[in-house]
Amino acid sequence: MAKLNLLQAINQALITAMTTNEKVVVFGEDVGHFGGVFRATSHLQEKFGKARCFNTPLTEQGIIGFANGLAAQGSVPVAEIQFGDYIFPAFDQIVNETAKFRYRSGGQFSCGTLTIRTPYGGGIAGGHYHSQSPEAFFSHIPGLKVVVPRDPYQAKGLLLGAIRDANPVLFLEPKRLYRASVCEVPEEDYAIPLGKAEVIQQGTDITLLAWGAQVEIVQRAADMALEDGVSCEVIDLRSILPWDAQCVADSVMKTGRLLINHEAPITSGFGSEIAARIQEQCFLYLEAPVTRVCGLDTPYPLAHEKEYMPDEFKTYEALKRLLNY
Amino acid sequence: MNDRNHLGNVALTHDVRIIENGLLDIPMLAILDHEGQLYPDAIEPELSKEQALKMYHAMVYTRMLDERMVAAQRQGRISFYLACTGEEAAVVGSAAALSDNDMIMSQYREQGALVYRGYTSAQFMNQMFSNRLDPNKGRQMPIHYGDKALNFMTISSPLGTQIPQAAGYAYGQKLAGQEALTICYFGEGAASEGDFHAGLNMAAVLNCPVIFLCRNNGYAISTPAEEQFAGDGIASRGIGYGVRTIRVDGNDPLAVFSATVKARELALSLSQPVLIEAMTYRLAAHSTSDDPSGYRSKNEEEKWRLKDPIARFKTWLLNKGWLSNTHTDDYTKQVRSEILQALKEAEKVAINPIDDIVEDVYDSVPWHLQEQREALIAHIKQYPKRYPKTAGENN
Repeated sequence: MAKLNLLQAINQALITAMTTNEKVVVFGEDVGHFGGVFRATSHLQEKFGKARCFNTPLTEQGIIGFANGLAAQGSVPVAEIQFGDYIFPAFDQIVNETAKFRYRSGGQFSCGTLTIRTPYGGGIAGGHYHSQSPEAFFSHIPGLKVVVPRDPYQAKGLLLGAIRDANPVLFLEPKRLYRASVCEVPEEDYAIPLGKAEVIQQGTDITLLAWGAQVEIVQRAADMALEDGVSCEVIDLRSILPWDAQCVADSVMKTGRLLINHEAPITSGFGSEIAARIQEQCFLYLEAPVTRVCGLDTPYPLAHEKEYMPDEFKTYEALKRLLNY
Repeated sequence: MNDRNHLGNVALTHDVRIIENGLLDIPMLAILDHEGQLYPDAIEPELSKEQALKMYHAMVYTRMLDERMVAAQRQGRISFYLACTGEEAAVVGSAAALSDNDMIMSQYREQGALVYRGYTSAQFMNQMFSNRLDPNKGRQMPIHYGDKALNFMTISSPLGTQIPQAAGYAYGQKLAGQEALTICYFGEGAASEGDFHAGLNMAAVLNCPVIFLCRNNGYAISTPAEEQFAGDGIASRGIGYGVRTIRVDGNDPLAVFSATVKARELALSLSQPVLIEAMTYRLAAHSTSDDPSGYRSKNEEEKWRLKDPIARFKTWLLNKGWLSNTHTDDYTKQVRSEILQALKEAEKVAINPIDDIVEDVYDSVPWHLQEQREALIAHIKQYPKRYPKTAGENN
């Protein structure tokens, strides 16, 4: 099995998707000949032609509006927004159009074939316009699915799952892992179903929950805790919407403690939704309040990036407070 | 109240004729040719020796700054840089036609306008090293300058957002009775954003004294202009929105200057927007994160190097007897050393204290951010080695 980084895994997933379904069309700013600013779409135009992989003008609302129409027609668009921070001109198209096509037409029309790929997250000295984690905005849109992979294996399987899912999917790619995360990725075609979390480490004392690039952060905190004799269960949520509440609840009923980590600002982050749901479902099992270790309620800073991040040390300290509650 | 009649000026035709693209045929104003000679029937702008030299110095300074900072990024001293190389005339030539009271809203490749306004080497460096002397407090990536004293709005990375803002700013200037306008810079790529269309339309309908200056430099990162739009550049759109429009050779500082002087006169006297499309070429990579060899030929770049705006301007100044080669060499040497000195000083300056992390989110720090700051400071004290840039402070 070949070792791939996250970008190569995404590239491979796109090749698989385009090879197995001639309706798949890939486009966005600079994705054509150049292969995207991160090179996730490298060589797709060479392989599949300019009609199926192409540059668009520089207009995010145009890209998603076009993608909505293309999806409604029955093609399978995979649209790239160059940075998650630049998705907001397309917010209207996503909120009012992508997500509501099916509902408003009584199921006659839909954008179900659409996948929107976009890099998100910090840790790359990108300041507030190349670092944001916008998943919570999109978790509030009935009709849309939101998916975040943590490594190359997951990225390939989840992206194929997203492209083949019968609902529009926002696929958020943790850009600081693009080249940093490397693992074995099977060459064959495989899709990971959406909406399912994964328990990636079994434990008994506390559940640590994260997604995307923060999964490795909570894993590091779990390693630190292990030296104190603490057994952590680590869950990768993988899908933000719909999310696998049962998987998280099962774990919390076992460990009695839940710590959620996300990079986005804490207030109205997706951790809030998880905390509310879990306290309802697991109230009598909880040994301590559900706790969040998240970004600050500030725009994403540059000089203070390291201080802003919900890193393993902040996670470890919060974890200790939960155990001693 | 008059009855509206939106068909009032529409002539009738009885032919089924669909209008084709390209009928406008907008010419390009050119005053200096590629060799730096005046075109025979072109009229030189009224430009004093002093101002011409100030423009020339700003263009040369910008080129030197760009060279030094691209190298500094390669050396790992700063994280990012974005050069204006090849577009200095479009930026400096237009900035020179403004009053210091005019507001500049730029995209991110207009450092030459700041140089012309008097932004110092130290100011450039403090911004790029995100240190505590940066007036934007180290919160943004390098090249996102902003200076209230110089009427230069702080740069935002999202493309085109400044275009409707410029219309609004200019409207406010008009309401306040100021003898000043706003100039808004952007590229031909950004002109594909919805904000461009919204901004031009708003400015035209609401009679805003704003100059929209599009640097049509042929590329938006890797995307060539022919994949960006199918019409006749950006100028034709101005006409569609009812905005007075001119297209200029963006590598000709005199043409850009003349066009902007005229645009400013019209914008202020009529309280109306003017669009300038400056035809130029991005000789630089998009940024230090980009490698143009993946999408354009060296040959193409070489052709544009021959149209270098600085060389062209220099020839004109030499012919005028306003400049000597010795002066140019001395100036270049002096600027190079000044920039390097400022760089060395700025990289030694610490970043802002950690207290600052929650400032300016609101006008004052609300309770929840106070809480978050206290928790963060306590955490840094517990793990000083993990946060070396802020752990040494006496917070």
